[in-house]
Amino acid sequence: MNAPDNEVVAFDNVGLRYGPDREVLSNISFTLFPGSFYFLTGASGAGKTSLLKLLYLAQRPSRGAIRMFGTDVITLARKKLPAYRRRIGVVFQDFRLIPHLSAFDNVALPLRVSGVREEDLRKPVADMLDWVGLSHRIDDRPATLSGGEQQRVAIARAVIGRPDMLVADEPTGNVDPEMALKLLRLFEALNRLGTTVVVATHDVHLLKKVPESLIMRLDKGKLSDPTGALRYPPRPAVKRDRLS
Amino acid sequence: MNVEKPPTLGRKIARGFNRFGGERAAQLVPQARLAGPMPWVIAIMVTLVVIAAAGGLAMRNVAESARTELAAGATVQVLEALPQERERQARIVEEMLQASPAVASTRRVPDEELDALLEPWLGVGTASQAVPVPALIDVRLRSDATQDTLDELQAMLVQRAPDARIDAQASWLGPVFGALSSMQYLALALVVLLAMTSAAAVWLAARSALGSNRGTIEVVHMLGGTDAQIARIFERSIGFDATLGGAVGLAMGLAAILFLGRQFAALGSGMMAAGGLGWTDWVMIAAIPLIAVALAMLTARITVIAALRRML
Ligand SMILES: Nc1ncnc2c1ncn2[C@@H]1O[C@H](COP(=O)(O)OP(=O)(O)O)[C@@H](O)[C@H]1O
Ligand SMILES: [Mg+2]
Repeated sequence: MNAPDNEVVAFDNVGLRYGPDREVLSNISFTLFPGSFYFLTGASGAGKTSLLKLLYLAQRPSRGAIRMFGTDVITLARKKLPAYRRRIGVVFQDFRLIPHLSAFDNVALPLRVSGVREEDLRKPVADMLDWVGLSHRIDDRPATLSGGEQQRVAIARAVIGRPDMLVADEPTGNVDPEMALKLLRLFEALNRLGTTVVVATHDVHLLKKVPESLIMRLDKGKLSDPTGALRYPPRPAVKRDRLS
Repeated sequence: MNVEKPPTLGRKIARGFNRFGGERAAQLVPQARLAGPMPWVIAIMVTLVVIAAAGGLAMRNVAESARTELAAGATVQVLEALPQERERQARIVEEMLQASPAVASTRRVPDEELDALLEPWLGVGTASQAVPVPALIDVRLRSDATQDTLDELQAMLVQRAPDARIDAQASWLGPVFGALSSMQYLALALVVLLAMTSAAAVWLAARSALGSNRGTIEVVHMLGGTDAQIARIFERSIGFDATLGGAVGLAMGLAAILFLGRQFAALGSGMMAAGGLGWTDWVMIAAIPLIAVALAMLTARITVIAALRRML
């Protein structure tokens, strides 16, 4: 596969099964374009989380080809994967905050893992927590935070390294509609800076809130492309300018 | 919450080559320190290994010094009831031995010494008069007392001193050496078994630490942490526990050795005095906790890497 420069991820006929059962995902083909905003919808159990796991390199597909940032990640040596993971921000459905670390240390973790010096990360992490409205909880541990606050810490951790792609699994699942909207605005802000955003949700009301978003729909492991945008995406010139 | 102007996302934060280690990495794994079982398991193991090793080394020293002393030693007894005849033959034996090229030196054991030895059994002043006691001559050979040398000397001695009988000193102590060397093997086996148990304990501890920190490992893995980075976090944490345990264990082991050493010294036995530990022995004993720490860290590393290999 030769990678065109206007793609972030390309799936080609991907299938996934856990064990000997039927495929949880089958014949999945799509391309994600830089700087686009995607919603991945589908009923509970449709395979959204499974597809996202393939996207954030937590799972290998049973068949098919996946190219990320121009590289075939299926045949890529295992020890080269961390460098790719560092380009992807993930908001897990269950947050996965580290319970014995403060909000600050949780958000700082991706930067520390990728070798940022302490003096270089202190201000950005504090600013990011301020930005998600948690500057007063900076030293608190996840267990003392509300569900919505934990979600915002998880999101701050996902975006702090300004990833090339952000993958969020039901990021508004635990919050009231008002907070859900605020968090969406946050993703949009990141998206405007050139990050490709993929948000999995079963909440169809959310889709309308981001007018320029593209929809991927999963139904029992099959992907449909109701707007055709996955194959023939719109190319907003404004966004491409901001990218460079 | 101002979502329109994200302050830090405006520019990318410079990624460096700063090694993810030290306190920042260590805090990912909560440490129980001395409140947890791990340092104590290691402390007890190190204590036992230190005692077993010290015992084994002391026994080796006893055996070695006794062996070098006795290997070249022989004793001639002149078994003659008549004192004058006994005395005559003893003198001849001494002369002949001193003339022999195989002999380094001789020493006639004075009768008073023999009396002193027999006194507890026969009573004061009675020994050499009442009971015929053989004359004893200690012989130091130039080389080890082989059966051939002894046979030759025996053949030579009986020509002029028919009642002289030569024996290797080592042969009397054969059973003692046998016992000492089995005890050394026992000590060695104990050290090996304890080391294996320690490794197994560390392995279990590393696995349980891994299990209870599985979430953390997965998250760091997903954030792009490398296997080496994650392994180092656990290595460091277990290394710290092992160092703590090793230090406590060494202290307890040394206390036990010094106590036992004092008890044996109080026996005043020449043989036990030879069982003191030399500086190489102390170095070996001091190395035990260091080996325990290295073993613990290696085990942790292998366990963590093996678990990570199962993730993509
Ligand atoms: N680790 C797993 N092992 C086996 N089956 C799984 C696993 N994860 C998900 N599944 C199954 O795959 C299907 C899709 O699950 P998931 O991807 O979580 O869907 P969604 O996120 O859309 O609710 C479900 O039937 C689920 O039971
Ligand atoms: Mg899900």
